[in-house]
Amino acid sequence: MHFVQNFPFFCILLTLICAVVTSVLKGRPARWLTMGLIMAVTAMTVCVLGYTLATGDSYVYMMGHFPAPWGNEIRIGVIEALMMTVFCFVTFFSFIGGMVPSIREIEKTKYNIYCILVDLVFLALQALVYTNDIFTAYVFIEINTLAAAGLVMMRQKGRNLVAGVRYMIMNLVGSSLFLFGISILYTITGHLLMANIHEGVAALAASGDYKVPLTIVVALVTVGIAVKSALYPFEKWLPGAYSNATPTVAAMLSSLVSKGYIFLLIKFYVRVIGFDVICSLGVLDVLFIFGVLGMIMGSVSAVRAKTTRLMIAYSSVAQIGYIFAALGLRSEIGIVCALWHSAAHAATKSMLFVSCAEMDDACGGTHLRKDLRGAFYHSPLLALAFSLGALNLTGVPLLSVFMTKVTLTQAAIEVGGRHMGIVLGAVAISTLLNAVYFLGTAMTLFIPTKEGDVVLPPTVRKNPFTTVGLVGLMALNLAMGLFSQPFLSALAEGLARFA
Amino acid sequence: MAKNEMEATQEQAAAPDIEQLSPAEIRWAKEEQEEEKRIEAAMHDWTEKKALPFARAMYNLLCVGICVTMIALLLYTVTALPAFGDPNHPINNEVSARYIENGLQETGAVNIVTGMILDYRAFDTLGESSVLFTAAMVVLFLLRKDKDSARYSQLAQTMDQNPHSDTYYEPKNDIILQKTATILVPIVLLLGVYVVLNGHLSPGGGFSGGAIMGAGLILYVTAFGFAKMRRFFTYKTYQRVVLVALLTYALSKCYSFYTGANHIESVIPLGTPGAILSSGLILVLNICVGFIVACTMYCFYAVFRKGEL
Amino acid sequence: MQYLLVNYEQTAAVILFCIGFSTMLLHKNLLKKIIGMDIMDAGIFLFLACQGFIKGRVAPIVVGGVQDVEAYINPVPAGLVLTGIVVSVSVTALMLALTVRLYYRYHTLNLDEMIALAGKEEV
Repeated sequence: MHFVQNFPFFCILLTLICAVVTSVLKGRPARWLTMGLIMAVTAMTVCVLGYTLATGDSYVYMMGHFPAPWGNEIRIGVIEALMMTVFCFVTFFSFIGGMVPSIREIEKTKYNIYCILVDLVFLALQALVYTNDIFTAYVFIEINTLAAAGLVMMRQKGRNLVAGVRYMIMNLVGSSLFLFGISILYTITGHLLMANIHEGVAALAASGDYKVPLTIVVALVTVGIAVKSALYPFEKWLPGAYSNATPTVAAMLSSLVSKGYIFLLIKFYVRVIGFDVICSLGVLDVLFIFGVLGMIMGSVSAVRAKTTRLMIAYSSVAQIGYIFAALGLRSEIGIVCALWHSAAHAATKSMLFVSCAEMDDACGGTHLRKDLRGAFYHSPLLALAFSLGALNLTGVPLLSVFMTKVTLTQAAIEVGGRHMGIVLGAVAISTLLNAVYFLGTAMTLFIPTKEGDVVLPPTVRKNPFTTVGLVGLMALNLAMGLFSQPFLSALAEGLARFA
Repeated sequence: MAKNEMEATQEQAAAPDIEQLSPAEIRWAKEEQEEEKRIEAAMHDWTEKKALPFARAMYNLLCVGICVTMIALLLYTVTALPAFGDPNHPINNEVSARYIENGLQETGAVNIVTGMILDYRAFDTLGESSVLFTAAMVVLFLLRKDKDSARYSQLAQTMDQNPHSDTYYEPKNDIILQKTATILVPIVLLLGVYVVLNGHLSPGGGFSGGAIMGAGLILYVTAFGFAKMRRFFTYKTYQRVVLVALLTYALSKCYSFYTGANHIESVIPLGTPGAILSSGLILVLNICVGFIVACTMYCFYAVFRKGEL
Repeated sequence: MQYLLVNYEQTAAVILFCIGFSTMLLHKNLLKKIIGMDIMDAGIFLFLACQGFIKGRVAPIVVGGVQDVEAYINPVPAGLVLTGIVVSVSVTALMLALTVRLYYRYHTLNLDEMIALAGKEEV
């Protein structure tokens, strides 16, 4: 066994140990420890990515002395390593980028708890991406939920607490549905490891036994995860949670927490149930319809939002709609598109949240969209990062989200029929609406303030953390845009070995 | 509720603090206080209005619809599931067979369930302890008050000055409770220790034993008050115990996962099955989990009641 | 219909789950929501636990060196329920802490009122 193969396991345990150690540290060392931890994990994940790309194959890592159907295990392939690398970079840069606001907004003596919860969200994300056991997935979903709820409430204002309680309630409904789903699945297959369940389900599908329970399982798990990742009709908890949180938290929630669940859902479809069986069940159609609705309704709400952060939060609903619509297309390219968009959206949304929060403060702290006017002239870097994100989400060529739209359209054309028309129409409408709110806001940044206007003194001093974070995120976005083709082909290749 | 009195004491409490605060922080504290007043005012508004009865009715109707559909669907599913108590149930397969037939030899634990959760499926259980740790951290974050808290929320003051709060009546000296506790606490703690140490031999284990020990600590603190408890159990103690226990847990699992995955023979002896010092790491893990659970249970109780340990 | 009686434990579990689910959705009071959540979890645990039962067999603790599959019930669901219970306890503790905190701030347990009051606060 190659030594690099141990790295994902090291990452998971190291994150847990750091979280535990942080509980006795004070704010400043806690911050540095977390930063060091994320850096170390990122470095190791890049090594794993190199290893999997070189071998092109996936491997299973036993968590204990017992092989497949008896012990726990994790599984690492190209897709897992690739997604995890993007997530690591996003975590690192958004943690650094949101450092200064977080120090300002979070109670000093409880700053270490913030670091612990960031570690735990990161831990749960890694475990969700790598795990090969469905019950382990449930346990880490709960860690993710609890830690994310804690992060939502970090600022301790009334709105945060209320957002936190709404977040908890919706997410707990989601996890209960998920747990019930996997309990039934365990009952009819008798296994908890993904590979073994897959065999069991294939046998059931061939013999035609337990058709009703299987459908119910897929429905329960899908609804559970859709609630947790804020698919359109269940998105009510999202705006409050995202728009009031401190920027790192908003970035992590929108780009990591929800993406972890989506990755798990894709894994559930492809690796646990099997894509052919899923396609025959008809659940994907429902997912497709709600995804398309989400694409449009999210954008409509974003156009109507008054504050910038609320606008970005609603735009998340629209982007998650893209992912689910792509999943609902019943084609391999659709899944590749969903995976790609998870990564692309993670990189972009975190940049928008980090830059927008700082800009709001620099512009007087009203958070209103119109008050961002002239921001470019006192905080150019923030304005540039925001505009890059806005351009990206609008779908300007050469950037990452453009490739999503291209791939989604490709998949729709391949599927043909009614799906094609709906997707083309929805992409067109959603792009138009995106342009209205994102480009509109981005343009206000560059309009110079008029003579009579009160020029606000920039309250945000230049600090190295925000600069490093934003430059890193911008580089990540540009790199993903430029190297989208190899990325997509790696995903497609990985998907072939995913099942 | 004596509101004016409360506000007066609040101002007194805030007064010495203000000198050390920066202007921005003073503004913040004031805004916070004003906000509280606005909330008070708005609350009376709200109760008179009872807004949106129609939306509420629609929501309720929708919920009832969803629930009825769900009951029907799930009951229909139950009819299709394997029969209750059936030996040929799909879950009675090679997985459970190996746990039962070889569990004793492979893990050293007489209690097969303990052997399964702490050795075969140990990663799950590690995650489960992390869930408890996460919850404890968030609860501490929400309810523990310290010097800094007043600046961020009114929590500390409300908890101290609200005459209905439990702290107000401390110390309690209930003779009956104290005499009973003097007899019961040692027995309860001993039972907890017994359940933890016999986790691999009989029903029980770290979680159940830890909960019993936690109950013992809670009984002690109810009878004798926090001042006596603090002589041997403070927030620092809690932090250290959890740190050491979780680190031991994580590191020992680290060892067994690493050796397992790399096919290295583990050097930890399994001992004679049935003896108290047997089953390798399981005993250590049970003790760690017992400490974590006992401290966390007590910690939940203390911060809920008093806002500090 | 007779299947519902054969699987009476599962039926009870499903009904419990749905009672919890509707309590959680329909009540505005946070404490009732938490109670609903716990009932829901209890339903799932009952469902899981009763899967492991086999008529005429005993709990999986090796007694007298008997290590025959025919002698014991299935240990796996018991382990899963054990894990699930701890998760449920943690979640309940967190929700209760949050409720206490919100009650100190808004002096109400009604979620709708809280949302309305929070909406009136400054950003």
